[in-house]
Amino acid sequence: MISVRNLVKYYGPTLAVNNVSFEIEKGTVVGFLGPNGAGKSTTVRIITCYLSPTSGSVQVENHDVLTDSLEVRKRIGYLPENAPLYLDMNVVDYLKFVQKMRVQESSENGRRIKIVVERCGLGDVLHKNIGELSKGYRQRVGLAQALVHNPDILILDEPTVGLDPNQIIEIRDLIRELGREKTIILCSHILPEVEATCNRVLIINEGKIVADGTPAELQASFEGKTRISIQIKVNVDSFRDHIAQLNGIDRVLSSRPLGENLLEIEIEAVKGFDPRENIFNLCKADNAVLLEMKREETSLEDIFRKLTRKEE
Amino acid sequence: MQQVLALARKEFRSYFDSPVAYVVITLFLLIAGWQFSTSLFLSNSPDLRTLFSIVRFILLFFIPAVSMRLISEEKRLGTIELLLTLPIKEWQLVLGKYLAAYLLIIITILLTLIHYITIASLGQPDLGATFGGYLGLILIVGVYLSIGIFTSSLSQNQIVAFIVAFVIIFALFLLDKVVMFFPGFLASVFEYLSIDYHFNNIARGVIDSRDIIYYLSLIFFFLFLTVQTLESRKWK
Repeated sequence: MISVRNLVKYYGPTLAVNNVSFEIEKGTVVGFLGPNGAGKSTTVRIITCYLSPTSGSVQVENHDVLTDSLEVRKRIGYLPENAPLYLDMNVVDYLKFVQKMRVQESSENGRRIKIVVERCGLGDVLHKNIGELSKGYRQRVGLAQALVHNPDILILDEPTVGLDPNQIIEIRDLIRELGREKTIILCSHILPEVEATCNRVLIINEGKIVADGTPAELQASFEGKTRISIQIKVNVDSFRDHIAQLNGIDRVLSSRPLGENLLEIEIEAVKGFDPRENIFNLCKADNAVLLEMKREETSLEDIFRKLTRKEE
Repeated sequence: MQQVLALARKEFRSYFDSPVAYVVITLFLLIAGWQFSTSLFLSNSPDLRTLFSIVRFILLFFIPAVSMRLISEEKRLGTIELLLTLPIKEWQLVLGKYLAAYLLIIITILLTLIHYITIASLGQPDLGATFGGYLGLILIVGVYLSIGIFTSSLSQNQIVAFIVAFVIIFALFLLDKVVMFFPGFLASVFEYLSIDYHFNNIARGVIDSRDIIYYLSLIFFFLFLTVQTLESRKWK
């Protein structure tokens, strides 16, 4: 559906996108993840025909962005970063304007606007000026204008920046719902957002794709050693040594007293091994009371940090 | 074309949704009317020549003021990105905005026809000269606006757009006033390039295709530059 091949983009002498290639299948929700300035927005702007590639090719449903850009733009709904909108227009006039600019058949128009307004929850603010709306509503208007022509492809550049937690959840739910019927590219540097909404993640750093897969695949391939932290009530002084000798424990990272007889210990397990059962049995043997045991898994966040950290 | 008109309609409305249109029309009519009425009885002839020269002078400032925000504001707000990722061509965008501003100024200028009624009740104004004068004004507005929209596409700062437009327009306006300082060959080039030289031809009531072509080619030239400027964003 979208195919990007050997895409390169220079801004003057600065290299923004460095030989990026990927394919996006119909119906996937792709999270385009990367730190600020990694080249996400640039790539997206090339797909939406706002910028032209320095070299390489981009095709959307077999239409090339350079030679057939009007056809590409017809198929895409795009919400740029920060949802730039005309602040002096009211919501419904704005949506009608976008619709006219997209030259849709007129009998459908009224119905489409109704659907979009309902979907994006804009019913209460239809006749308000966009300038008077809160950031959350503006973001929704931006989403509505991207949906007004019922595109197959939706490209959203950081749609939840500047929203409060409730609004973020609303927008994410909406994206997930739209993802059932549309192909979506979601640019973000917020990991939970991508984890919550996407079924494929592309991590981009310094203009290059550094990881590509489903969130679960990425987690599996970057799985490190499991970390376990426990809180115990224990009288035996040597408990710390016992646990270090336990089968499957790589090393004890820290151990600090929290109070009388109360101890917090952090340990790292041998790769691919779950030592929780052994720990429990040890506690039983040493008559220690296990108050808390936590296993920390490598999250997408760790992978992201590992991949995008600047090498010093 | 539907898209050009949709954009023009939106731009035109936004002039009236903000104070811009009202301020422009009111100030324009006030200054024109005041200057015209003070000189009317001095000149003691039933024609609109003084009005035309006043209007030409006011336009020097008014046109850049009307056109300065057309594209620069879109750049500043970032809305240009949404506009240019819609399935429209750059020339459609430029033309739509240009037509909206053009319509606003034409309406403003035609409102000065009220002075024609005054004159007509006092004497017998020359209909051909009046028609020619208005046609000339409308063509001049076209040129000035094309310069204004071009400078507006250069920067996201409205003030910069205003000043650069004013400088270019003022240079074109001055050309035939400094002609006497130049030797023969240059003088005729300057004269040909000057806005007022061609206006004076048309305002006599003589509509010559050479004058019309002069205005239209300037308009086309600056609109073309505007489209090129917009397209250049892709390759920067």
